Amino acid sequence: MSAFRLHAINRFLRREHWGFPALMILASAVLLSLPAFAGLGDDASSVQADQAHMQAALRSTQTATYTVHEITAPTGTIVREYVSAAGKVFGVAWQGPWRPDMRQILSNYFENYRQASQAQVNSHAGRRPLVIQQPELVLESGGHMRSFMGRAYIPALLPAGVSAETIQ
Amino acid sequence: MMETGVKMETQREMKGASQVLAVITSLGLAFAIGCGGSSASHTNTVVTTGANVQPITVNAGPAGNYSNGAFTSVTVCAPGTTTCQTIDGVLVDTGSSGLRLLSSALTGVTLTQQKSVNGNPVVECLPFVSGYTWGPVQTGDVQMAGEKASSVPIQVISATDYTVPTACSNQGTAEETLADLGANGILGVGLWAQDCGEACVTTGTTNPNLYFECPASGCIVVGEALSQQVPNPVGLFASDNNGVIIQLPAASSPEATLTGSLVFGIGTQSNNALGSATKYANDTFGNFVTTYKGQTYSSSFLDSGSNGIFFLTAAIAAIPDCADANYFYCPTSTLNLSAVNQGAGGVGSGTVNFSVANADSLFNNNPNDTVLGGLAGPNTLSGFDWGLPFFYGRDVYTALEGKSTPLGSGPYWAY
Repeated sequence: MSAFRLHAINRFLRREHWGFPALMILASAVLLSLPAFAGLGDDASSVQADQAHMQAALRSTQTATYTVHEITAPTGTIVREYVSAAGKVFGVAWQGPWRPDMRQILSNYFENYRQASQAQVNSHAGRRPLVIQQPELVLESGGHMRSFMGRAYIPALLPAGVSAETIQ
Repeated sequence: MMETGVKMETQREMKGASQVLAVITSLGLAFAIGCGGSSASHTNTVVTTGANVQPITVNAGPAGNYSNGAFTSVTVCAPGTTTCQTIDGVLVDTGSSGLRLLSSALTGVTLTQQKSVNGNPVVECLPFVSGYTWGPVQTGDVQMAGEKASSVPIQVISATDYTVPTACSNQGTAEETLADLGANGILGVGLWAQDCGEACVTTGTTNPNLYFECPASGCIVVGEALSQQVPNPVGLFASDNNGVIIQLPAASSPEATLTGSLVFGIGTQSNNALGSATKYANDTFGNFVTTYKGQTYSSSFLDSGSNGIFFLTAAIAAIPDCADANYFYCPTSTLNLSAVNQGAGGVGSGTVNFSVANADSLFNNNPNDTVLGGLAGPNTLSGFDWGLPFFYGRDVYTALEGKSTPLGSGPYWAY
């Protein structure tokens, strides 16, 4: 674990609003095993890896069936990561002047994203928002210079009773 | 086909409230008298003469397979010389700022490589919604119509000159060939004076990683002064430099091509007055609000570089995606819809009528047509992307950041 990451985690642990127990457990999990790379489809601990990678502020909101971690990067871009009660990141959304590190937030689904966008470019010429609808990944990426937004989710990981439109 | 679509839609809506029926019927009448696309009741006159008028054409583009793309030609010269090359098939894009040319198209002229303060070549990674463009920043003189800008930083899109750093490749797919872009380049004539702006001037956590310097050891993020960044070249013209008008005639049904004009300057000549155009202010991100079926979508924008009208998702719009190309909509019959655009701070408001045709039918029934006003598809849930079909039959003004115009300082849109 790099000194940089330890520093980020220390900053994270010192934040006052981490008082409630569930998140302290999460934080402990981070100390035990911080994934080298994390995001969509990964365990909840990946949220902190993303926060550290983005050198960002983090705010969390809990509902009955999922938790939303909102990460605000210094570039002004906001990433929301949706974590199920089972502890999996089932959705991510982003909005801001610049796109976040897509490999970081899509994790193992980055290649699906990259290959699907390449395939679309070559099948119907024309610039437009990127919409990927696969059984394993749904992704929408839109906007324009200085305003990027989008979301991605794994249909199979959506908690029961949670609509895909929740993720945004 | 269009009239059939209107009738079918009318029949479907008859099951609903009679108020709705009245609106749809009047739309149907409007279409029956020969208008269509997203510009039902609009007519405009395209200016064709003047030193500030650059012809644009909607056609299949240099790759031969583009729909709803407005292309023009751009002349670039080695700085301060008469060694020039005119490159055609460059996409006119109000959704970005800056001139980007494929290195494979830039064969007749050598531009000047921009160097960092450390003496290393400067290379740019420019994010677009579907990927990124990568390549060196080089300086050239830019000429269009009778206008000229000297020593303009230009991105030369090239896969091979410098190894892409992971900070860039982590954006997704490289758009680096004619097949990727469908164009020989992109002429960004959008709202912003530069592509990045203040965020790229200094390095550190607030820098979005657009500009790199590339010594032999590899590319690293570099601070890039505003004057060194890739700018909207119109802002560097000696005159007619406060924005552009895109003028395209109405397209009531699919057509092979459409010819219009890219007019430089707003209110600077007798041929580029604002007339009766309404100003729509944008927010700090370059967006305004579109209201559709009672819901507001606050990240909406006008983008000649998008090749359809993109809004909502199939689930929320209740319009089916196409089975084979599920990034377009395929309603069973053409839908005639309306939305209200409202500028930031309430500056500008107006209704937009637009149509959503079955994209499969459009492509299959009109294989030789590139002007497809009814092409639409899903987007994010944040906003409406009013692409080129919105521009058919309208004069659309894009006022440049920091420049004064008769309706106040840019940036803003007017139409």
